[in-house]
Amino acid sequence: MTQANRLSGGQIDRDTTLNFQFDGRSYTAHPGDTLASALLANNVRLIGRSFKYHRPRGLLTAGSEEPNGMVELRSGAHKEPNTRATTVEMFDGLTANSQNRWPSLRFDTLAVNDLFSNFLSAGFYYKTFMWPAAFWEKLYEPIIRRAAGLGSLSMQADPDEYDKGFRHCDLLIIGAGPAGLMAALTAGRAGADVILADEDFTLGGRLNSETFSVGEQSASDWATQAVAELSAMPNVRLMQRTTVIGAFDHGIYGAVERTGDHLPSLPAGKPRQILWRIYCQKALLCAGATERPIAFENNDRPGIMTASALRTYANRFAVTAAPRVAIFTNNDDGHRTASDLHAKGVKIAAVVDVREDAPLSYDYEVLKGAQVVNTKGRLGLSFVEVALPDGSTRTLDCGALGVSGGWNPSVHLTCHQRGRPVWDENLAAFVPGENLPVGMSVAGAANGVMSTHGALRSGAQAAATALNLATLPDLPEAEDAPLAQTPFWYVQGCKRAWVDQQNDVTVKDVKLSYQEGFRSVEHLKRYTTLGMATDQGKTSNITGLAIMAEVAGKSIPETGTTIFRPPYTPVPIGAFAGRMIGKEFHPTRLTPSHHWAKERGAVFVEAGNWLRAQWFPQADETHWRESVDREVRQTRASVGVCDCTTLGKIDVQGTDAAEFLNRVYANGFAKLAVGKTRYGLMLREDGMVMDDGTAARLAEDHFVVTTTTANAVSVYRHMEFVRQCLFPDMDVQLISTTDGWAQYAVAGPNSRKLLQKIVDPEFDISNEAFPFMACGKITVCGGLRARLFRISFSGELAFEIAVPARYGDALMRRLMAEGEEFDVTPYGTEALSVMRIEKGHPVGNELNGTTTALNLGMGKMVSRKKDSIGSVLSEREALTAPDILKLVGLKPITPEDKVTAGGHLMNVEGPIDAAHDQGYVTSVAYSPSLNSNIGLGLLKRGDERLGEKMRLVSPLTDLTVEVEIVSAHFVDPEGERLRA
Amino acid sequence: MIINHPLLGPRDASEFTYLGDASLIDRPDGMAENAADAFYDYAYLRDNPAGEHQELWYHEAGDRSWLVVTRNTLTHEISKVELARDVARARGRSK
Repeated sequence: MTQANRLSGGQIDRDTTLNFQFDGRSYTAHPGDTLASALLANNVRLIGRSFKYHRPRGLLTAGSEEPNGMVELRSGAHKEPNTRATTVEMFDGLTANSQNRWPSLRFDTLAVNDLFSNFLSAGFYYKTFMWPAAFWEKLYEPIIRRAAGLGSLSMQADPDEYDKGFRHCDLLIIGAGPAGLMAALTAGRAGADVILADEDFTLGGRLNSETFSVGEQSASDWATQAVAELSAMPNVRLMQRTTVIGAFDHGIYGAVERTGDHLPSLPAGKPRQILWRIYCQKALLCAGATERPIAFENNDRPGIMTASALRTYANRFAVTAAPRVAIFTNNDDGHRTASDLHAKGVKIAAVVDVREDAPLSYDYEVLKGAQVVNTKGRLGLSFVEVALPDGSTRTLDCGALGVSGGWNPSVHLTCHQRGRPVWDENLAAFVPGENLPVGMSVAGAANGVMSTHGALRSGAQAAATALNLATLPDLPEAEDAPLAQTPFWYVQGCKRAWVDQQNDVTVKDVKLSYQEGFRSVEHLKRYTTLGMATDQGKTSNITGLAIMAEVAGKSIPETGTTIFRPPYTPVPIGAFAGRMIGKEFHPTRLTPSHHWAKERGAVFVEAGNWLRAQWFPQADETHWRESVDREVRQTRASVGVCDCTTLGKIDVQGTDAAEFLNRVYANGFAKLAVGKTRYGLMLREDGMVMDDGTAARLAEDHFVVTTTTANAVSVYRHMEFVRQCLFPDMDVQLISTTDGWAQYAVAGPNSRKLLQKIVDPEFDISNEAFPFMACGKITVCGGLRARLFRISFSGELAFEIAVPARYGDALMRRLMAEGEEFDVTPYGTEALSVMRIEKGHPVGNELNGTTTALNLGMGKMVSRKKDSIGSVLSEREALTAPDILKLVGLKPITPEDKVTAGGHLMNVEGPIDAAHDQGYVTSVAYSPSLNSNIGLGLLKRGDERLGEKMRLVSPLTDLTVEVEIVSAHFVDPEGERLRA
Repeated sequence: MIINHPLLGPRDASEFTYLGDASLIDRPDGMAENAADAFYDYAYLRDNPAGEHQELWYHEAGDRSWLVVTRNTLTHEISKVELARDVARARGRSK
């Protein structure tokens, strides 16, 4: 028989039948069901095995606080482990599987763990697996990983799309129960911009789970009508299936909307979930309350759940967990479950109430002053043993037991900004403290107002207060019973009574941890793992705290409280990533010559966000070195072109521009003539080199500064800092023009000849008219404005030419066409790097944040005739000591010997260890000009040690190479070529 | 966090880059006698208050203003936002 446990009524659509599978078996359900309610309807109580002991477990709750009822949802790459069956909205074709069992859910071999539970008590990891240390990785950890744990990953990439979005409102209402709906009606009718968010797919909260009336209607009808009124308001946005996961600074809230989880499959382009960032003036938390269980012997059998969950399943989903049900309670709310179930035709075995003065019922038996002391049933509850006040015991025959230990207000979000909840003696529960997140207030059960009318009233009042409204709307009549709770946490004398079912923590574990000296709540949590599972202890933290307080002989407020942190419920990593995955993780910037380079078959390399051509292989070249060596030889022999657009370009203008650069650069700029370029060295204030580049003076009040590619952003930021914060009255303006100009290096002995073919004839670029380090505004190709700089990174006669970026592609094609007669070659970043190493120019490898101008052989550039950034601290004793590192070149004695960047330099004789370290290698290359491997390095007193032989060692790779220390300027040390 | 930019109004903190203590505005005179000591203090010594803290934020994804933000390090409450240039001038900085 299908759906044997289905009752009458409820908010399900019986006209439609949905099919689903659990552990390979087929079942039916209806729209409106959750996976949990559908399983119960089909008399499936056993859903999974527990984390540590592999005990059979079922559902404890009907909501997102569920610790036990977790499944692997869907299959293949879509598989999602540890999904709470209580929050899974039923759809046709749903498949789910149980977790943490082998070979099957009903027969799990690792249930043997339960027999050894004495060895697996609190802190068992720390006690059992301490030594020998070598056993941990090879033996203990693999076993524990297999035995403990929950769902398994698909091990495939998540195929779904996720999105992120931003929303703004006057009032964000979190939770759409009676308080939230009434607050939204109050604020919405007053015209405020309202967002009402609720994690459920049906708005109404507990109104959908109760049988009492609101006004003239049933509670759920009133909720439906309220939602209809709110839907019609253009200023109110209803966000169902949306969990507000965290309260952040200044009224910003994170929320996850499950846009596609209830669909059999996602339509193309529809995100599965959206992570919203909601900016609100005011927020109102109406998150309700969570029922807390009572701990007793074997209280974890499938079929034992909170009393309110039984009521929700019966009233909202028309399902009973079993045909015969018992209740164990310490408060009147438990009796409400009994009468609701009785009204639905469910047989009530008895209500077991710990109170001597418990109310009686005409409809079922009430056992006053009684306690549940044990339960029986192999894979689900069959019997409950009750201790009666006269000392006798009685066995109740029942398939489900509803447990109520009272209600805990859901204060979680009030704690996300350091707020601490306070203990309410009357309620015997924590309620929100005074230190709430800015702009937040709390209403309804979340604020300890437990009656329905109280929730409606406090929701309306809180909304009116938040929005400064003068009048309150009329409130419908509803039950307004006061709630006083006398705590009853656990049944005395039990051996294995579960507090945290998700992490398998018992009352005994909590007591044991106290006895072993863990006196702070935070230590208790970490030692026992209480409350540290994915449910964050929503049904267990307070009970654990109460037990600890009792053992310590202190009150609960004296014992402490725990801290709730975002997210409120687990969030898939995919939702945090949104669309920033794979190549979308950061933007990709393409150089102006990119498409041309791609046509040429260039190999690209990422340089920050940029893609740069690394080398340009030709048809007959099979190894990258062949291409790179050729590009270097061709450039040094004739001419090569390289796209250097990615270097940062900063336009500096104003009457104080020269003086400004004089402060920013360590070397002098005040006297640089118009039409000249100068190398500039920029220091940090602590004296280390920050960056280098060139500054070209295009006019008296106009410079163009270049930075390295990597530091383009940080140098600009630094220059703005100097301008705005240090010298606010200087007449100088900065703008980044990196993307505005395409810039190419044209290098090699024939570079001038090539450029002369495109530079318009009225501009003389001969050596006399346009010498080394000249710069100027010119036109090319018949009137196109351009900038020309005679600077050289390669050491050859070289220029850099810049044109507006949109002409970059055309200019590259023109240079290649005009250069054919010179056998021009494009060269990539590898050849660029080889040539700069051959010339001993430092780059990021050498400007590594620990080097000074003195280290790099540029100590004389730091002018002390002026006050520039970093000049004072660059003179510190330790930075100028005689044995500091100096930049050197190095060549292996055998040219083919490999030199390794990161390798360390040691004397030829003596030990190889850190104490005898002489320096390290920063850059290496094969030099086609020298037919040898070469390197640059930083060596103690390096400038005095030219010609010395040393050992280059890399103990990690077992490398020892004999090298000779040489000048860093391997090629053309006199610089004759670049002045040619 | 939201920073109430004096020119642009409330902006999300993700548009900004943080630098640190606004005492970085008070750069000593590098040509003075005691420059070495003064720069040591300036570059390395910072107060680390539990409470109100004046700090430098840069509107990198915005108008590129440097701002002095007065923020309570315990609550993240921002009580004041000023243009760093105005603060620098008020502290006697010029050219």
